[in-house]
Amino acid sequence: MQKVNRLQPFFENLVFEREDNHMIVNFGPQHPSSHGQLRLILELDGELVTKAVPDIGYLHRGMEKMAENMIYNEFLPTTDRMDYIAPTSNNYGFSLAVEKLIGLDVPRRAKVIRMMLLELSRITSHLFWIATHALDVGAMTVFLYAFREREYAMDLFEDYCGARLTHSAIRIGGVPLDLPKDWINSLIKFINKMPAALATYEGLLDQNRIWKMRLENVGVISPEMAQSWGCSGPMLRGSGIAWDIRKEEPYELYDEVEFDVPVTNRCDCYGRYKIYMQEMRESLKILKQLIPMHKETTPEIMADAPKYISAPKEQIMTQNYSLMQHFVLITQGMRPPVGEVYVVTESPKGELGFYINSQGDPYPYRLKVRTPSFWHTSIFQDLLPGQYLADVVTIIGNANIVFGEIDR
Amino acid sequence: MAQHKINYLSEGGLPVALTTVDKLVQWGRSNSLWPMTYGLACCAIEMMATGASRYDFDRFGTIFRASPRQSDVLIIAGTLTKKHSPFMRRLYDQMSEPKWVISMGSCANTGGMFNTYATVQGADRIIPVDIYLPGCAPRPESLQYALMLLQKKVRTQSCSNKLKPKRLV
Amino acid sequence: MREYSDKKNRQAKAYYSDRFYLSPQVPKEKVDTDNIFLKDIKSLESLFVIKEAYIQKGQLVVYISAKDNLKVMKFLKNKLKYNFLSDISAVDWLAKSGEFEIFYQMLSTSKRKRMRVKFFIKEKEEIKSVTSIYKSADWAEREMYDMFGVRITGHHFMKRILMPDDWHDHPLRKTYPLIGDEEAQWYEIDKIFGREYRDVIGPEERDCAKIVEKDTHRFARIKHEVPFGTKYSSEETQTEYQEEGGIPIVRKLKKSDVKILKERP
Repeated sequence: MQKVNRLQPFFENLVFEREDNHMIVNFGPQHPSSHGQLRLILELDGELVTKAVPDIGYLHRGMEKMAENMIYNEFLPTTDRMDYIAPTSNNYGFSLAVEKLIGLDVPRRAKVIRMMLLELSRITSHLFWIATHALDVGAMTVFLYAFREREYAMDLFEDYCGARLTHSAIRIGGVPLDLPKDWINSLIKFINKMPAALATYEGLLDQNRIWKMRLENVGVISPEMAQSWGCSGPMLRGSGIAWDIRKEEPYELYDEVEFDVPVTNRCDCYGRYKIYMQEMRESLKILKQLIPMHKETTPEIMADAPKYISAPKEQIMTQNYSLMQHFVLITQGMRPPVGEVYVVTESPKGELGFYINSQGDPYPYRLKVRTPSFWHTSIFQDLLPGQYLADVVTIIGNANIVFGEIDR
Repeated sequence: MAQHKINYLSEGGLPVALTTVDKLVQWGRSNSLWPMTYGLACCAIEMMATGASRYDFDRFGTIFRASPRQSDVLIIAGTLTKKHSPFMRRLYDQMSEPKWVISMGSCANTGGMFNTYATVQGADRIIPVDIYLPGCAPRPESLQYALMLLQKKVRTQSCSNKLKPKRLV
Repeated sequence: MREYSDKKNRQAKAYYSDRFYLSPQVPKEKVDTDNIFLKDIKSLESLFVIKEAYIQKGQLVVYISAKDNLKVMKFLKNKLKYNFLSDISAVDWLAKSGEFEIFYQMLSTSKRKRMRVKFFIKEKEEIKSVTSIYKSADWAEREMYDMFGVRITGHHFMKRILMPDDWHDHPLRKTYPLIGDEEAQWYEIDKIFGREYRDVIGPEERDCAKIVEKDTHRFARIKHEVPFGTKYSSEETQTEYQEEGGIPIVRKLKKSDVKILKERP
């Protein structure tokens, strides 16, 4: 019954100009440091990479097609699985796009909670990044330490929405729940814990000779290159271009809180590592400012738009019209206006954009997700040639790519 | 003959332990199941969390190996897509016997929420699966539980070289 | 009778629609409401054919003709300082008018403005690649070809990117069903075992509500599973503890030894 594979040899489709001493190495799709399912086909001259062909699509799950066949609320949990290291930022990007399409304004308390979750997810994402990147480069201790702190952040998420990894904690029109009792206290504890933890990582890595040798002057992305390849987020700021969507095109309450955008001109992996560490500190700063803001707000957490958003549960249970509206919204879905939007948010990886083309149906006519990792992976074909084989792993780890959002 | 009335269990342990080769070998195997680092999608993050500090997978004698040749367990952590499916079959074929498979998460079990053109509707269409672990994504605790169940299953199996072919589908 | 389905547009449709419902429009503003966009559009108009231009949700939308795309992009990058090409993709209007709508999403960091350049092409029409101007177009154009079958000339490596090379059809077209055509549904079986094994493996099970007789059930009620269809008698949980001669690791929980934390560490 089980038969020997009838698979074709590996390089059936790629033509390499074979010179005498060049070797072709297949890297992935199953490789411990390929961060998912990246497949690289590298042409090596000794240890030097002369040509790199990244091959993606091993996690293509057809999310854009799914979106066309789902009502807007149905698609929201799918966005969790896109950038599964920071699911909330995806939920938020999608919700914001739909809200912009409808023209909704979200209550202030929901905004505060959303920002808290966004910044927390930025911290978890960066912690995960430092953990795996350090593991790839060879520092296992940092992996264990960073995961310890990440679990604390996970606890906070779990206390809020019940899920560890796939939160769906942000809904179109607001957030489903107010913060639970004592959540703020545990958040404060977490905020107090983090600086020491960050200092530990930096103490382990900053002046570490191996870490410096493997990161300094490796993976240099010049500003021109970064612009041309459409880099965003820390990849762009690591090349000296100060562009943070939270600052430049502020959404939610980012124009009310005070934070800095770390930028460096180093252009190499080490510079980007410093940016990631600094960004976590900035996120903590934002979280600190949000805590008093939460108290000052009124308890509404969902926008009041009966055409698009279900009324609060209490109202559904007591008022006939709300119940009918809720029924229609659940079974048929909301019908947003005809038109299109392209909404960007600053996800932990970079510019996360949702393009929605609505024709007035409950199903979007076209939904395109502009995910930062996709563009950061395409740069590899330009970045890797000229580097050594050992640095390939460093560069892949440093780019902070997630395959759920590359292949969608 | 004088009867020795020694209660070995209470007085310093047994000098002799009797067991079958099957049980001994399978006990050894079950306590050193080495899974392969085979992260496909979201569940891989939970698999990593299971291996990391709080949940500490090493307690079970499981050490993640990067090579299929060195590993006994294939944890399919995440969505298996059609493009990737030949590679998974290839990896499974490369693993040496005895080998077991844990299908982690809804996507690997049935295709899960991704009822689309690009997703394999259940990894068991391609390779035989021992443990199906539900959840999207399953918590680290449940992965540990799945491994414990697998250990239990391994202990009941025979260790002889001639393994019965596993049912596919 | 088999249910009627529109072969040209397989997208899910609302089962109920109100004949008298007029859906509202996302407002379109005139370009002269924004000075920067006005300047941009004037300089564009002096060189190229602009079919339509308006501002929607703070972003300029410009319709150009398909032939000009390379020149317009060059002009946008070099003269108008739109230094980022954020996204390229297509919208399938084949069922309606036999056309694809291509859009280029642009960003200018110096002006802090975003604009969308759009044009329509016929199904078999070819467009020029813009990889020579923006390198980020490289993969985006490949994805567009992969997903829609839009033909692009002048690209150095025009191959499928997300789907395998031997994939049949382009998945994001509206004619393509969500669960895939026949080729797609048997893809992994054909590839790994061979076509003749289709009968052995059987078709995909896509009905998530289906119950098979191999399934077990009633886990939630009696805390253990019984095969489907069998009668269950005991309501007791089956657990094997070490103390009761079960497997040697699972021990009974001693409530007195358990330490309950008041809060998370």
